[in-house]
Amino acid sequence: MSSTDTRDPVLRVEDLHVRYGGSHILQGVSFDVAATGVTALLGRNGVGKTTTLKAILGLAPRTGRIVANGTEIQKHPTTRIVRDGIGYVPEDREVFGGLTVEENLRLVDRDRGIDAPVVQRLFPDLVPRRSQRAGTLSGGQQQMVALARVLLRPTTLLLVDEPTKGLAPKLVTEVADVLAEVARSTPVLLVEQNLPLVRRIADDVVVLDAGRVVHRGSAADLIADADRTRELLGVSMRKEGAA
Amino acid sequence: MTDLLLLVVTGLGLGALYFLAASGLSLIYGLMGVLNFAHGAFMMAGSYAGWWTMTSLLPSSMAVAARLAVAVAVAIVVGALVGFLVEVVLIRPLYRHHIQQVLVTVGLSLASVAAAQGIWGADPKPLPKPEWMSQTTELFGARVPNDRFVFILVAVALFLGLLALLHLTQLGLVIRAGVENRTMVEALGINVRRTFTIVFSIGGAAAGLAGLLYSQYSGTVSPAQGGSLLIYAFIVVVIGGMGSLPGTAVAAVAVGLVQQLANYYAASGVGDLSVVLLLALVLLLRPSAMKGALA
Repeated sequence: MSSTDTRDPVLRVEDLHVRYGGSHILQGVSFDVAATGVTALLGRNGVGKTTTLKAILGLAPRTGRIVANGTEIQKHPTTRIVRDGIGYVPEDREVFGGLTVEENLRLVDRDRGIDAPVVQRLFPDLVPRRSQRAGTLSGGQQQMVALARVLLRPTTLLLVDEPTKGLAPKLVTEVADVLAEVARSTPVLLVEQNLPLVRRIADDVVVLDAGRVVHRGSAADLIADADRTRELLGVSMRKEGAA
Repeated sequence: MTDLLLLVVTGLGLGALYFLAASGLSLIYGLMGVLNFAHGAFMMAGSYAGWWTMTSLLPSSMAVAARLAVAVAVAIVVGALVGFLVEVVLIRPLYRHHIQQVLVTVGLSLASVAAAQGIWGADPKPLPKPEWMSQTTELFGARVPNDRFVFILVAVALFLGLLALLHLTQLGLVIRAGVENRTMVEALGINVRRTFTIVFSIGGAAAGLAGLLYSQYSGTVSPAQGGSLLIYAFIVVVIGGMGSLPGTAVAAVAVGLVQQLANYYAASGVGDLSVVLLLALVLLLRPSAMKGALA
């Protein structure tokens, strides 16, 4: 593992601000995401992690500079940002519950859908459920649909928001396995509260507090320092379950 | 028994017209969350386009049925075109501004009626009707006006066509996903705005068709016609569950039947009251009727 500073970034966020009504949610957030591996975006609840992902994607009103793969994207509409290679797996999965698994996937890849090699290889459990409505799947299965859906499009960066939220420990491990596999070929910016999972798959961490970046560095170094972890995140590894 | 059969078939015919008027409204609300008060203007545009085609564009020597067939095509195209223009020029800049959307569509509705009155006058214009559609067919002893069969067939064809569009095409898949979660569709790199325009055009086409067929039903075209049909269309859409196409179909049939039966068995005029009471009952028993699923 190495720190962000030693590798070329696939994404550079500079002085990012987000305001909703009278609230100033992000107050000048700046960080890089390395071109390989997993960068974890950490912080207590409500510090702006999800808003950061949404702002990168154009789903939140933002100012500042965002450079992805060498191109400034802060003025681009969401559809263009996604088509240019940034995939997004939202918090709570947000699969289309009334559509079947197959339809959820064909929405992105109309020709191959569930028959795409990436789905067959990484999500074989979805294949027999192709005709099942996504809303009737378990949380873990829905997460697989949400991940498969973005991987059907050529992706240069994946934004993943709390993929293990609400999942049973066994499913957390399965999701972590998939993310680790994905991260071998595609850099991932991961919002996650599960520190054992972060320790297992993340290379770098960016910690937010009150809409500002308060720490950047190696994931291993931060998590090894229990006092610093507790200071920044309010928790330490001893209180977390296994990934 | 014969009376009942006649009332049921004519009620279904009326319900078919309501479905034609409401289906576009339901599609547009389901995907875009737009309460399109200008839908009556789309219907009026279709009816006047059809009337102009039948009385001015095509020679009177041409068979009325043939002129009507051409008029139907013209009404559909004009409705779609008006829907397209309204979406691109007026609705698109106001997405996520629901109050402004309502104001703009209400304003367009009022302005279009005033414009039609200014151009063609406020008096209803007679619309030629094919002889066969003015005749009746005996069905188990009941003499049913033939135009009701036409309305029912066209409505069933539109319903099946829309279901096929929603379930067998990529556009339909995007529409159904968009009804559930527009933002997420966009976050998957799919251009929802383009889908909005297409849906508005489809809704306009259905409205244009509804407008012309309603004029065939009433025998005239008039500036206020679209507005009066729009009231029933809104009632049908709310009863059917905003945005639900099968719900809209069932509600249209229910409203048509209730109206016909109440008018006959209670007193003339009670039908309209019954429809409003049905709406109130549905909202009281199922407040979630204001939400819905497309299909």
